[in-house]
Amino acid sequence: MAESLIYRELGGTSRRYWRLLALLAVPLALGAVSYFYIEHYGHIVTGMDNQIVWGMPHVFAVFLVIAATGALNVAMAASVFGKTVYRPVAPLSALVSLALLAGGLAVLMLDLGRSDRMIVAVTRLNFQSIFALRVILYDGFMATVGVYFWFLLERRMNRYIKPAAILALLWQLLLITGTGLEFGFNIGRAAYDSVLYAPMFIAFSSAYGTAVLILILLAVCSWEDRPVSDELLRRLKNLLGIFVGASLFFAVLFLSSKHELARSRDVARFLLFDGGVYTALLWLGQIAIGGIVPLALLLRSQVSRAAIAAACALVVLGGLAQMYVTLIGGQAYPQILFPGMVESSSFFDGEIHPYTPSVPEVLLGLGGVGLAAAIVAVALRALALLPERLDQTAGPRA
Amino acid sequence: MKCKGIGALTGRIARAICLLALLLPVVAFASDRVPKPVIDIDKPGRCVEDTATMRREHPDMLKHQRELTVHEGIRTRAHSLKGCVECHASTKTGSVLGEKGFCQSCHDYASVKLDCFGCHASKPKLASGAKP
Amino acid sequence: MSADANDGLSRRGFLAISAATLGGVMLAPGIRLIEIAGARAPDQPVSRQVRWGLLIDTSKCLPGCDDCVKACATENGIKDTGHPRTDAQWIRKVELKDMRSGHTNSVPVMCQHCEYPPCVDVCPTGASFKRADGIVLVDRHICIGCRYCMMACPYKARSIVFQNITGQNPDVPRGNGCAEGCTLCVHRIDHGRQPACVEACTKAGHNAMIFGDLNDPQSEIAQRVAKYASTQIRADLSLNPGVRYQGL
Repeated sequence: MAESLIYRELGGTSRRYWRLLALLAVPLALGAVSYFYIEHYGHIVTGMDNQIVWGMPHVFAVFLVIAATGALNVAMAASVFGKTVYRPVAPLSALVSLALLAGGLAVLMLDLGRSDRMIVAVTRLNFQSIFALRVILYDGFMATVGVYFWFLLERRMNRYIKPAAILALLWQLLLITGTGLEFGFNIGRAAYDSVLYAPMFIAFSSAYGTAVLILILLAVCSWEDRPVSDELLRRLKNLLGIFVGASLFFAVLFLSSKHELARSRDVARFLLFDGGVYTALLWLGQIAIGGIVPLALLLRSQVSRAAIAAACALVVLGGLAQMYVTLIGGQAYPQILFPGMVESSSFFDGEIHPYTPSVPEVLLGLGGVGLAAAIVAVALRALALLPERLDQTAGPRA
Repeated sequence: MKCKGIGALTGRIARAICLLALLLPVVAFASDRVPKPVIDIDKPGRCVEDTATMRREHPDMLKHQRELTVHEGIRTRAHSLKGCVECHASTKTGSVLGEKGFCQSCHDYASVKLDCFGCHASKPKLASGAKP
Repeated sequence: MSADANDGLSRRGFLAISAATLGGVMLAPGIRLIEIAGARAPDQPVSRQVRWGLLIDTSKCLPGCDDCVKACATENGIKDTGHPRTDAQWIRKVELKDMRSGHTNSVPVMCQHCEYPPCVDVCPTGASFKRADGIVLVDRHICIGCRYCMMACPYKARSIVFQNITGQNPDVPRGNGCAEGCTLCVHRIDHGRQPACVEACTKAGHNAMIFGDLNDPQSEIAQRVAKYASTQIRADLSLNPGVRYQGL
C-alpha cells in the first residue's frame, strides 16, 4: 500500500538558509547596479553597437525564458499524460518554470533602451508583432501556470488539475513556438529565416528546462537529506536523454539544411567552419558539451546521481553556448543586401561584426539568474512544495 | 523571552515615531529648498490659450498634437512643441531648460519628470544653428 | 400638397436632379483627393493617394562621393562622436564588387520605406509604423528601445542612439535609447521640399537621386520608373520598397 505523500517546506537550521539568501543577494545586487549604470549612461557603456544589437543580457534572458517553458514538461507529464511517478515533482516543476520566466523577463525589460517606458511596453501592443504577441503569451503563461500551481497546492481544487494542466500545456506550446518563430520569421538575417526554429526551440526548451529542474531537485533533496528513489531519477534521466537527443537532431537538421541550400551556404560555412569563437562554441559547446557527452552520461543504464548532475550541468552550459551562437553569431554575420556581391561601407556592411561582452551586460544577465534562484529558494521555504520522501511508489494523487 | 515591560515601551516609542513622521510634510513645505518656479515671459504676446488652460491642459494638448504631427503629418504651429520652445526660450540662456528655464523650473517645483527634451531640442532653431 | 405643385416637377426631372446631386456628392471627394495629391495643405492629414519614393541612378554615383551622406548628417543633427560602431548613419554609400565579373558599383543605401516593412511587423508597441503616404517612421514617444526592428530589418537601416544627446535640430527630435532611421526628411516633405540627400546631390550637379510621388503618373519619378528599368534591393523578399535603383 502506498502511503500518501507528506509535502513539507524547506526547514531546518536557519543560519544555513540565510547564508544561501545572502549568497543569492550578490548577483541580484550586482545586476541592479549594472542596470542603473547602463540606464544612466546609455548603451554606449555596453559591448553592443549598431551591428550587434542584442548582447549578453539577451543570451541569458532567452536561455532563461526557453528553460522556463521546458521546465514545465515534467509537471505536464504528470498532470496531462498521467505519469504518476512524476506527480511528487509537479509543484517544483511549475515553480521552477515561473521563477525562470520571471528571471528572463526581468533581464529583457531591464535591457530596454528606454526601460522607463516599461508600462508602454505592456499597455500599447501592436497585435501584428510576434514580439508583442510574446508579451501576451508570457503573461498568459504566468497566469495559466500560476492557476495550475494553485490547483496543485490547494486540496479542494485538486479535481480541476487536469483541465488547468491542459490549458497550461497548450499555452506552453504556443509560447515556445512563438519564441522560436521570433528568429524563424526573421527574413533579414541568413542565420535565422527558417521555420525549423519552432520545433528546434521546443526541443531545446525541453532539454534545458528539465536539466535545470533535475539540478534543483537534486540540490534541494541533498540540502535536506530527503531521499529520492532511483526509479524516479531513472525516469527523469531518460526523459532528459530524449530531450537532449531531440535537440541534437534538430540542431543537426537545421545546420545541414542551411548548408545544403545554396542561398544560405555562406552563413552555414561561417557558423560551422569559419566563425572563430562561434564555430568553437557550436562544436565544443552546443554539440559536444551540450549534446554528445550528456547523452552518453544519461544513456547509461545504472543510475548515478553524480553522472546525472554532471549531465544536467553540461546541458545548461551547452545551452548557453547555443544561445550565444544563435544570438551573437546570427548577428555577427552581416545582412546580405546584394547577393553575389562583395559589400563594404562606412556602416560595416559586408563584414563580420566583432563583439566583446562587457561586464555590465554579463552582470545584468547573471542578475536574472540570481532572481530566478532567489524566487525558488524563497518559495521552497515558504510553501510545502516537495514531499518529505521521494522514494515511495506514488499513490493516489496527493 | 520577551519582557512585557520592554515590549510595551518599544510599542510606545514606535507609535511616537510614526506620529512624528506624519508631521514631516510640514517641514518640507516650510523649507525654501525647492525654488519657486520662474515664470519669465521674455517675448511679448499671448500664448496659444489662456494661462489657466495652459497650466491644466498642456500635457494633453502636447500629447494630442504629437499624434497629429507624427502619424498624420499635420504640422500647424498652434500647439506644436517647437512653437512653445520658440516663444518661451529664455533670452539669456536661449533654452527652456536650466534652473530658471520656463519648462524646467515649474516641472522641478511640481516634481514632474520632463521627458520631452531627451529628444526634442530645448532651444529654438536659430539659436541652435541648425539649417531650416 | 396640391396637384399643381407636383406638375412643375416631373418624375424624370426629379430623377435628373437627384442623379446630378448624387453625382456631385460622389465626385466632390474625388476632386478633393486629387487636390491633396497635388499639394497637401499643412493642416490636412497625409493620404494613401500618395506614395513617396526615391529613384537612384547608380551610374551617376561616383565612388568616394558622399554628398548625400554629409547632407543627411547635417540636416538631421547627426554628429560624429568618433565611435563609428555606435554612431548613427541613416544613409551610407555601399561599395559593391561583383564576385564573378569584377564589375564595381557605388550605391547609397538608406531606409527603403517598404510597403510591407518587417520593422513595423515586429515592433511590440507600434512605434515603428508606416505613414499613410508610405514613409516608414519611428514614433519616439512610444519607442521602448527593444531593438527588435534593428534585428528584423534586412537593409540594416535602423540604428539606436547610444547616449544622451543635446543640440538636436528642432525639426528632427532624436534621443537616447530610441530606435531611428532615415525619415525621407519627412519634416521637409511635409512643407513641400525635397529630402536633404536629393537636394545636395542635385545641387552638386550629380543628379543621381530623384524624389517624388510614385502614385502620380505625372511625376518625373513615376515616368522614369515606367520608362527605364529599375530594381529594388532584395526584391526577392517581396517587401516592395519605395526606393528604386537603376544601374544595379
